[in-house]
Amino acid sequence: MSDARADIPYAQTGDAEFRDYVALLKPRVMSLVVFTALVGLLVAPGTLHPIEGLAAIIFIALGAGASGALNMWWDADIDAVMKRTARRPIPAGKVAPQEAMALGVALSGLSVIMLWLATNALAGFLLAFTIFFYAVIYSMWLKRATPQNIVIGGAAGAFPPMIGWVAVTGSISLEACLMFMLIFMWTPPHFWALALFMKSDYHKANVPMLTVTHGRKATRAHILVYTIALVPFALAAGFTSIGGPVYLATALALNLVFLHGAWAIWRRDEECAEADAYRVEKRVFRFSLYYLFVHFGAILAEAALARLPAYAEFALRFKILEVF
Amino acid sequence: MAITREHELHRRRSGRNVGLALVLMAFIALVFGLTIAKVSGGSTLQAFDHSYRPALDPDNVRFQQR
Repeated sequence: MSDARADIPYAQTGDAEFRDYVALLKPRVMSLVVFTALVGLLVAPGTLHPIEGLAAIIFIALGAGASGALNMWWDADIDAVMKRTARRPIPAGKVAPQEAMALGVALSGLSVIMLWLATNALAGFLLAFTIFFYAVIYSMWLKRATPQNIVIGGAAGAFPPMIGWVAVTGSISLEACLMFMLIFMWTPPHFWALALFMKSDYHKANVPMLTVTHGRKATRAHILVYTIALVPFALAAGFTSIGGPVYLATALALNLVFLHGAWAIWRRDEECAEADAYRVEKRVFRFSLYYLFVHFGAILAEAALARLPAYAEFALRFKILEVF
Repeated sequence: MAITREHELHRRRSGRNVGLALVLMAFIALVFGLTIAKVSGGSTLQAFDHSYRPALDPDNVRFQQR
């Protein structure tokens, strides 16, 4: 591990705007974190005051944003040479690296303490561990050291629904672990599909992506293997308290399509993929985004359906809705 | 001498200051809301105004419920 990248100077173009600091927090990643954490929080057994729930979601998102800022500080040298990330605030010269680091550290501390105070110590600890995992284990260590970086780094993105669940219940359960595993096992095929059609970028940045170290044929095989390994976890959630017929039917359909896509990627060779500009790989990558979103949407739908009789009774008692 | 010319730099700084002010106000509102939620525990709060009010006296409330 080296601290060389913190010293790399980037030509400053002037004072940063407010939106540059927002960009440091990776708002697109934050939106996925907010959604999955919200699902974890809403489907957990137990109750939380609405303001406590709102605070929990805000501080989980802020913690994710803080780890994003730390990642951008550490990986500024990689970001500078990759087309997709070259316009990020640090390589673009809008925010100084040390400023991004300071923002990341400050927001990490604030989000962890506030989540602890708003909910419980275990939720605060899990958020602290997630930030540590993403900023130190993934960004500083694994990303530049092993082609399995995506696999282990994916754990950082898998924690938010578990933290949402723990914020309500105060403990980790099978359901929280299955939601974790759903994102954890989904991450490798999702990112490797991206790496297949963004090959030159990772190669240029010297990041040991599987496509660079083991070749594209091995990457295609890995996508298929990880997709097969993902299926049991996705279906198993259907047999726990967060599942049900709606979730099971949705998960079955989504996993069949995802498996079919992974199979199609595995069967193709490079000539075939280049001939149609990686059409299948791009299609599977796009589908993988919907895959995760719809799975968590189905978990939320199951919770809403399960609580419908209680809502109806409430509405009847207070004469809110005459239809019941 | 007062600065009279508006530079692009001033616009960026102003945007940053307004953004930070809004974030801080939202944070204060959230902490206030959290405090009320934690202290009240879901029920309404009544302030003690230094004069005896039977409704706030736990012994009186127990006596009334008997």
